[in-house]
Amino acid sequence: MPTVTMTVNERQVSGEVEGRTLLVQFLREHLNLTGTHVGCDTSQCGACVVHLNGDSVKSCTILAVQANGGKVTTIEGLASGDALHPMQEAFHEHHGLQCGFCTPGMVMSAVDLLSKNAKPSEKEIREWLEGNICRCTGYHNIVNAISHAAQQGDAA
Amino acid sequence: MHDFGYHRPTTLADAAAALESAEDGKLMAGGQTMIPTLKQRLAQPSDIVDLGAVEALTGIREEGGALAIGAMTTHAEVAASDLVKARIPALANLAGGIGDPQVRHRGTIGGSIANNDPAADYPAGCVGLGATIHTGKRQIAADDFFTGLFETALEENEIVTAVSFPLPGQAAYAKFPNPASRYAIVGVMVAQTGDSVRVAVTGAGPCVFRDRAIEAALSSNFSASAVGTSSADESALNSDIHASAEYRKHLIGVMAKRAVAAAGG
Amino acid sequence: MPDGSVGQAVKRREDRRFLTGKGRYVDDIHRPGELTAVFVRSPHAHATVKSVHIDAAMASPGVIDVFVGADMEQDSIGSLPCGWTVTDRHGEPHKSPPHFPLVRDKARYVGDHIAVVLAETLEQARDGAELVEVDYDELPANVEIVKAVGGPPLHEEAPDNLCYDWVLGDEAAVDEAFAKAHHITKLDLVNNRLIPNPMEPRAAIAEYDGGLDSYTLWSTSQNPHLLRLILSAFVTGIPETKLRIIAPDIGGGFGSKIYCYAEETVCLWASKRVGRPVRWTSDRSESFLADAHGRDHVTHVELAMNETGEFIGLKVATRANMGAYLSSFASSIPTYFYATLLAGQYRTPAIFCNVKAVFTNTAPVDAYRGAGRSEATYPLERIVEVAARELGMDPAEIRRKNFIRPDQFPYNTPVALTYDIGNYEASLDEAMRMINYRGFSGRKAESQARGKLRGIGFSAYIEACGIAPSSVVGSLGAGVGMWETAQVRFNATGTVSVLTGSHAHGQGHETTFSQIVSDTLGVPMENVEIVHGDTGQIPMAMGTYGSRSLAVGGSAIMRACGKIIDKGKKIAAHLLEASVEDIEFKDGNFTVAGTDRSKSMAEVAFTAYVPHNYPEDLEPGLDETAFYDPLNFTYPAGTHICEVEIDPETGVTEILDWVAVDDFGKVINPLIVEGQVHGGVAQGVGQAMLEHGIYDSGSGQLLTGSYMDYCMPRADDLPSFKVGMIETACAHNPLGVKGCGEVGAIAAPPALINAITDALGIMHLEMPATPEKVWRLAQTAAAE
Repeated sequence: MPTVTMTVNERQVSGEVEGRTLLVQFLREHLNLTGTHVGCDTSQCGACVVHLNGDSVKSCTILAVQANGGKVTTIEGLASGDALHPMQEAFHEHHGLQCGFCTPGMVMSAVDLLSKNAKPSEKEIREWLEGNICRCTGYHNIVNAISHAAQQGDAA
Repeated sequence: MHDFGYHRPTTLADAAAALESAEDGKLMAGGQTMIPTLKQRLAQPSDIVDLGAVEALTGIREEGGALAIGAMTTHAEVAASDLVKARIPALANLAGGIGDPQVRHRGTIGGSIANNDPAADYPAGCVGLGATIHTGKRQIAADDFFTGLFETALEENEIVTAVSFPLPGQAAYAKFPNPASRYAIVGVMVAQTGDSVRVAVTGAGPCVFRDRAIEAALSSNFSASAVGTSSADESALNSDIHASAEYRKHLIGVMAKRAVAAAGG
Repeated sequence: MPDGSVGQAVKRREDRRFLTGKGRYVDDIHRPGELTAVFVRSPHAHATVKSVHIDAAMASPGVIDVFVGADMEQDSIGSLPCGWTVTDRHGEPHKSPPHFPLVRDKARYVGDHIAVVLAETLEQARDGAELVEVDYDELPANVEIVKAVGGPPLHEEAPDNLCYDWVLGDEAAVDEAFAKAHHITKLDLVNNRLIPNPMEPRAAIAEYDGGLDSYTLWSTSQNPHLLRLILSAFVTGIPETKLRIIAPDIGGGFGSKIYCYAEETVCLWASKRVGRPVRWTSDRSESFLADAHGRDHVTHVELAMNETGEFIGLKVATRANMGAYLSSFASSIPTYFYATLLAGQYRTPAIFCNVKAVFTNTAPVDAYRGAGRSEATYPLERIVEVAARELGMDPAEIRRKNFIRPDQFPYNTPVALTYDIGNYEASLDEAMRMINYRGFSGRKAESQARGKLRGIGFSAYIEACGIAPSSVVGSLGAGVGMWETAQVRFNATGTVSVLTGSHAHGQGHETTFSQIVSDTLGVPMENVEIVHGDTGQIPMAMGTYGSRSLAVGGSAIMRACGKIIDKGKKIAAHLLEASVEDIEFKDGNFTVAGTDRSKSMAEVAFTAYVPHNYPEDLEPGLDETAFYDPLNFTYPAGTHICEVEIDPETGVTEILDWVAVDDFGKVINPLIVEGQVHGGVAQGVGQAMLEHGIYDSGSGQLLTGSYMDYCMPRADDLPSFKVGMIETACAHNPLGVKGCGEVGAIAAPPALINAITDALGIMHLEMPATPEKVWRLAQTAAAE
């Protein structure tokens, strides 16, 4: 079985996987990082979004072996100690989550948006979220949270 | 998904060799179609040859009046490329509208065209812009490359290395997305270069095609008002729960018109 | 000290764990030695299962066992019951054919459960499942509601596929009204099938403890106690004392996680059979096939009016799809949660409704957010709109003219409900103000100048929630009571554990309930811990559905707090050497009336557990349990207005503006309540414009079996919402609150269809209003 080594949340990790092991399975089952979720099997819902080498990606649509040698950030790696990341803080402040299941992917996607577009319009935010489905919030407060995070700065 | 042998070559030669020696090997580019297919157990390759580490397949260059885009260039890279935005903004715009941001960070132009999904955007981009597809062994005109539903002119184990797009005079892409999947129900690339106008349609039929009637109409008058109606044979168009053939045919005209308007016509 | 937080937009206490990836959902939990289950599902809509060959699967690496229906029958595992018996128009009980967790004779829908494969890993179980060979004799599929009766029969118990033929209301009075009507408006409409799609797929882990002969089941359930009751009493025979059900963090439910499902039942049973924990997590593809679906009605409605446009009679005939089997509460949805709401906000004196519920070869249909009430509001608010257009009346004015007036409450409707309180005109006026109704014609002209069609749509809805008075639902056939429980337990150090039977799966109970307890008992919110979702900790309870958590569960908490205060007064009186009657409780302090002598709640709690100086006749401890059975439903009501713009060239509809003005009575936390409105409206918009569960009418295959084809609302499909509120406090619960979780899904569909038809200048189009449908109608409208 292939061995993979990668940096996950600034920690170097290794594990034996099968060729078919998905990155999300490696994170959830090998590393017990269960904040990354699986909500569909057609690469659309975005509950599994993590950052790989600085870009948001769907960890259900990447093999663990493809991430070998890469740098992965998951929702667990976003806060610094007890201090929430500004995007996490904004979601809390603006009630951008309800059941919490889509939230990790939503937050990771939003952080990536601001890293690429520091001051997105409401329309740009809504378009960026095309790959993240939320069934609870109607997106209203998610969009609000991201807008406010962008206005505050340093949420990228 | 069934298990498979995984290979990650760094050169084209090694990739070709890995593919040759596999019992039933498959190339993987960005994996954004292949991995979902494998997850659904709709394919069972013995080996996967991942092109992700082949340096030679990356990069965007301008050469000889064309943009050459390496096969493993992601949609996000094409969309964000200053060079593409300056020379063929229609192409940057097309790439920026594929899938969603996360898919664009992984999905590649080479993977997209080799797969030739009937609702993918790049086939319209390639045919509309009169691109040339480069493989390990030859060059194929886009008009000859896309041969049918998920079918291309690629031979077994032939690897797409790059796509070169001649710089158009004016061009634009307009897409009517499927509200669920966000693939194209109809996508139209319109390009005018000199006297020549090309209109390529994706999503509407089993494979990308050129709409000759609209091309003819625009050749004499490159303006939105001249587009007229599509010449597509309605009986050959796709029809499903999202859109009938009749509606798709109508949308070809509308999207063509909007593309022409966006192109400045 | 109290936080004084009731009514404040307190930020949610539960957010932190979800935002940092520390939420604990069922699939995040692992048990030592666990096996993974994969189900072999029927690829056919209707087929006799002749034989199942499991040898190849059993020989597959990692496969431990494979079971079929006969194995469960051998262990006397029963049928999954329907908990509500509807009595038909002839006085006969509805037809409730058996629904075995693994089929015993036939597969009755695509996705029906044929066998289960248990293996060491998920992929090994999948490999094994591929090797199970099933011999089917395909039967003709019965898919369409309108052709169901007399079509190929699904069950011996219901040879004509009719589950029931049920009526409500005074048919003679309605006939009389229609006979003297000045104008009659008629409409046929379809309430499209929806697939709930909470983002967390269903999951279960079952573990059997041979030493204690007891089971633990982790389930994605909205109501673990109810699930335990059903599994114990009707399905497995496991005593309730030997079955603990834990529903930890649950990623949304919307009704679909109320029910007792085949998969968790099989895991529970198999865990003892194989002597190892058994886990199962649904793929999204399986969710589409096998979660209970929602809606799916075909309705004819007629409204009779007098010369001035007053409603004098309403007649409704509905065919409702039950799917292949009766899900846990399926029968009650198109009856008691539907026809009873047909009065809406109006004084219509005579209403008659007939519902025929049918079996088809499709997934079972049960409650989905707004259940029944959404299906009632749609025909009602549509026909009112059509009537206004036929009569040339303003849509606001026809509604206003017919509203029940504030001085008419309590108001008995002709369809069995008593509305306690409301002010419908107030919400209509506020909504019209917020959307600037008077400016609409100008905006429409401006759209027209750009070649676009603009329309405006009203929906003045009411719903009945906070279910339900047990005696009422019992008399209507419910198999359970619908009270709720709460236990408020002071710890010796003054912290409070609140054990509630309500279950949160997104609703923010940990915050709202803490606010109530903090304000009522005068303890800081951080000292209050809300515990839910565990039958091992919480007294018998009923769970969360029908927007009941605050109105019923919250009221139970208030009751328990009241008992705490009563006991605290006795302890304080003793400490203060005063009589109990003289003790007042306020802001966390027990005070001797008219003096400054007092004891804090913390001191009293400490004394209760360290009773060195304590009343002789009083038990130690400060731990009170209360059960609350509501006296009535709560009746949130309001007006939603939306404005749309249609591109006639493509048929694309854009929602430009959405105003929701709702009356939820007292609001504990406006931040959370507004979030509930947003989410509900989004699901209603989904129904009206995007979502449609479609089965192929010939083969019975589900054509919308993934997000590639089932259109979920995304961020760019929706606008920002404007939410307003008016308040008439609920007259019969201690908090004065009404349910808020479902109104958006109830109000939104007719508002949107009214707006789209207004823009197109037509009377009706069926949901979902897809671009192609709208484009076709726009062409016709332009041609006329």
